[in-house]
Amino acid sequence: MNATIIRLALQALLGRRRFWLLLLMPLVMIALAVVVRTLAGEGAGYEEILVGLGLGLVLPLVALLTTSSALGPEMDDGSIVYLLAKPVSRHAIAASKYAVALLATLGFGVLPLLVAGFVLDASRGGATVAWFVGGVLAAAAYCGLFLAVSAVTKHAVVVGLLFLLVWEGLLGNLLSGVRWLSIGNWAGSLADSLSDRAVIHTDGVGAAYALVATAVVVLGGVWFAGDRLRSFSLRGDT
Amino acid sequence: MSVLQVTRASRWYGNVVAVNDITMTIGPGVTGLLGPNGAGKSTLIAMMSGFLPPSSGSVTLDDRPLWRNREVYRAIGLVPEREISFDYLTGRQFVVANAELHGLADPGAAAARAIETVDQTEAADRRIATYSKGMRQRIKLASALVHDPAVLLLDEPFNGVDPRQRLHLMELLRRMGTEGRTVLFSSHILEEVEQLARHIEVVVSGRHAASGDFGAIRRLMTDRPDRYVVRSSDDRGLAARLIAEPSVLGVALRPRGGLDIEVGDLGDFAHRLPALARAGGIRLTEVLPTDESLESVFSYLVSGSGQRGER
Repeated sequence: MNATIIRLALQALLGRRRFWLLLLMPLVMIALAVVVRTLAGEGAGYEEILVGLGLGLVLPLVALLTTSSALGPEMDDGSIVYLLAKPVSRHAIAASKYAVALLATLGFGVLPLLVAGFVLDASRGGATVAWFVGGVLAAAAYCGLFLAVSAVTKHAVVVGLLFLLVWEGLLGNLLSGVRWLSIGNWAGSLADSLSDRAVIHTDGVGAAYALVATAVVVLGGVWFAGDRLRSFSLRGDT
Repeated sequence: MSVLQVTRASRWYGNVVAVNDITMTIGPGVTGLLGPNGAGKSTLIAMMSGFLPPSSGSVTLDDRPLWRNREVYRAIGLVPEREISFDYLTGRQFVVANAELHGLADPGAAAARAIETVDQTEAADRRIATYSKGMRQRIKLASALVHDPAVLLLDEPFNGVDPRQRLHLMELLRRMGTEGRTVLFSSHILEEVEQLARHIEVVVSGRHAASGDFGAIRRLMTDRPDRYVVRSSDDRGLAARLIAEPSVLGVALRPRGGLDIEVGDLGDFAHRLPALARAGGIRLTEVLPTDESLESVFSYLVSGSGQRGER
């Protein structure tokens, strides 16, 4: 980790227009939770909003946007050479970018789960906390995966969306084997093991597997991104 | 005293050869890397700064390879052609961040010193987004100088910089060179290189076309025969008179009127042409140099070095 890289990445994140998009998504989710709670009463729409919208859509999208903007633009326009033309470990740069992306995802993607859960059904506090913990796990894994993707392609957002919609969304529902390689499913399995009332998944992968798989994705993603940075080449116009 | 050594280095992308078997040694003082656009200058600088591995051959700094060797950046300051995209920072914040990344003991003081060196103290606390091209160029230079490097690499540093700032930048680089630093800058403009560098390396189409003292290369460039197109009221009459002149090497009639003239001694030709025309009662309607472009100068150099069998 490198304090300067972290500071620069935070400044970049807060200084870009994407930041407002990031803020908008959790705000819409919480607003929706408030409206549903007011109109339909306590407990209504809990799974749909918390799990379907929050964990299934807002969290991965926030992770995708924060992670790809932490590394992608600088690699695209080549200005990352200003960071790389220094005697700084490439893996420390990757880890610092990861830390900032994760921090932002926790703030804009995971914390809102907690808020929405308590707004929708205060009596299911245990389940909400379980989903929150599952969300932390998902944020860690998504950021690791998307960091690796951002390090190889400038189309990280497209690739990330395909992963979320086609792999986790479509195929995840059709083929049961995909659950072993679905970050959303790992999060569900962890939440499942933490609270009886969090259950909506019938065929999870188990908390132990979810934790180990997440650790592999995080370490692998950061290591891979660092390795790509080590081999970053500046192309001339020729 | 640091020496960049490029040894039989080539770099290709698929079928495209960007740099073709180049050997050069860049030592202390200011060296100009001259060549037309697309000649491979940026590719060379990328290899010299450790941001591109040569496809074959080697590129070293004081015998240490540059590729994947982050320790070399303690000795190298790089000013890439690429614009800085850190618009959300002030100039000072950017330079301080560079100082911190170098692990300097007092980043604030080092940054202030570098900003002072490039004469940018006044604007240092404004956001980079508000900077002109010349100011950006100077803050890039400050960020490259912040750790007092022995080697300074600049890719097209004068592009888009207004004349006054250009003079200032040149003065700065000249000073860096006399301080004993190894300064290499690339440019496609002959006059820029002439004003600044004592030693130049010419690269054309990925090949090393010439190397050495600027005066010698300049002579090599101006010694080449010049070509002119001349239109007149009597092309054949003029041709007959011209071919008798020692300064004229060849005359050819153009299919649609006019003469192609190859000139050896330009000064003499310029002096004799009007006199000849007047003596023959011939009216000159057009006198046009045909291959004054830098590319033609370069291609002359390449073919010249090819004839001498140097490479």
